[in-house]
Amino acid sequence: MSERSHMETYYHPKDLGKFADMGKEAPELWKKFLEWYNAVFQEGALTEREKALIALGVAHAVQCPYCIDAYSTACLEKGSTPEQMTEAVHVAAAIRGGASLVHGVQMRNQIDKLSM
Amino acid sequence: MALPTLLNTRSPLAGAAAQRATLASLPLARTFESAAAAAGYDPLTTTSVSILQMNVGKRCNQACHHCHVDAGPDRTEVMPADVVDACLRFLEASDIPTLDITGGAPELHPSFRDIVRRARAAGRHVIDRCNLTITRLPAYSDLPEFLAEQEVEVIASLPSFTSRQTDAQRGEGVFDDSIAALQHFNTLGYGVEGSGLLLNLVTNPVGAFLPGSQASLEADWKRELKRRHGITFNRLYTITNMPISRFLQFLLDSGNLQAYMDRLVAAFNPAAVEGLMCRYTLSVGWDGRLYDCDFNQMIDLGTAAEAPQTIFEATPESLAARRITIGPHCFGCTAGAGSSCGGATT
Repeated sequence: MSERSHMETYYHPKDLGKFADMGKEAPELWKKFLEWYNAVFQEGALTEREKALIALGVAHAVQCPYCIDAYSTACLEKGSTPEQMTEAVHVAAAIRGGASLVHGVQMRNQIDKLSM
Repeated sequence: MALPTLLNTRSPLAGAAAQRATLASLPLARTFESAAAAAGYDPLTTTSVSILQMNVGKRCNQACHHCHVDAGPDRTEVMPADVVDACLRFLEASDIPTLDITGGAPELHPSFRDIVRRARAAGRHVIDRCNLTITRLPAYSDLPEFLAEQEVEVIASLPSFTSRQTDAQRGEGVFDDSIAALQHFNTLGYGVEGSGLLLNLVTNPVGAFLPGSQASLEADWKRELKRRHGITFNRLYTITNMPISRFLQFLLDSGNLQAYMDRLVAAFNPAAVEGLMCRYTLSVGWDGRLYDCDFNQMIDLGTAAEAPQTIFEATPESLAARRITIGPHCFGCTAGAGSSCGGATT
C-alpha cells in the first residue's frame, strides 16, 4: 500500500469488524470489558431503546465514527424515530456547547485577576 | 399517488428468477440449509397445517417501497373462481382452524366477502391482512362494518406512529388515511378490550435494518397512538423486511444488499427455527399453485417436488411433514427474535 493511501484516512468502516482483535493481546481484560459492556446495555431501569439513544448522544460527544454508525443502526433497530435520534444528538451538542461556554467563567475569573 | 411497480417499470428484478439469481450470487458466511441443520432441522420440515393462507391477487390501491409482492394498482393477477372454490373446499374438508387472506389488497378481490362468509360459515377463524387505506375508498367504506359483523381478525400494516416514516415507506398521505381508518375500526369495537374484535398492527422497518423488540415497541406504540390519536389496538407484530422484490430493489439501489444479508446471517437465531411460519402454513398463489410461505410464492419457489403442487390436488394428509423449500431469503425469518406473518417467533 502506498504512503498516500495510508494518509487518506485514519478511520476505516471495516475496522469496526476487527474490534474483537483488541482481545488478542489482553484476552482477560477484553472478556471483562465485553461482559460489562453487554450488561450495561441490557434492559434495566432504562429500556434498551433509551440506552441506545444515550449511547448515540455520547458517540457524537466523543466523535467516534464507529460508535455513530453502530448506534444509529441500534437506535433504528430498537424502534427510535429519526426525530428522536436527532434530538439526542442535539442534547449531546448542547452539553458540548454549554461545557465550552461555562469555561468562560474561568476566563472571566482570570480577566478579573489580571485587570485593574 | 402510488409508486410504480417493478413490473410496470420493466425492472429486471420483476422476474422471480432474476431475484433468486441476485441472492444466489452473494457470498454469505453460511447457507440457510447448513444453519437450519446446525439448529437440529435437517432437513427443515413442516408440522401439520394450521393456517391456510390465500393470496387472492396482486392488485392493490397502494404500492409500498418494501412490498415483497410487487403489488400495485397496475397489477392484474386475480385469483379465478375455480381456484377460490378449490381453496374453500380444501378448507372445509380439513380441520385447519384459520384462513389468512392476503394480497395485494385482498378486499379488492371481487369475491372477498363471499370467501369470508363461506369460511366463517364453516366455523373457521378468518384473518384479513388490511392496508387500512382501502377502507377510505368510497366503494369500500363499509368494509370495517362487514369485517366486524363477520368477526374477522384484522391485521393492519402501519410501519410507524409518525407520518414521515409511514409515508416514506407506503406513499404520500397514507399515514393520515391509516389513522382515520384505525379510528373507524375503534368505533366498531376493534382493538377495544373485551370486544372480541381483534385489531393487530404490523410494522416493518423503514429501511435496511432489523425490527426492534416486539414487546418493547408494542408498549411504545400503544402509548403514542393513544396519546396522539386516541387509537387502541391489541398486538403489534414486528416483521423483518425480506430481501425480495421491491425491498431487494431498494437494497440494491441503496448499496445495502450485502451488508443487510450479512446482518441477517449473523443474527441467525437457532431458537427461531421451531416457530417458522412455513412449518404450519400452506400458501396458495392466485393461480392455485402451492408454496410453503408467501415469500417463497413471490420468488416462485413451490412446494417440494414430492408434495402436491396445486390446490386442486392437495389434501391435508399429503401436505403434512413435507420438506420445506428454502433459500438465502429464509435468513430474514430467523434473524434476531425471528419473524413471521404473526410477528416475532421467539
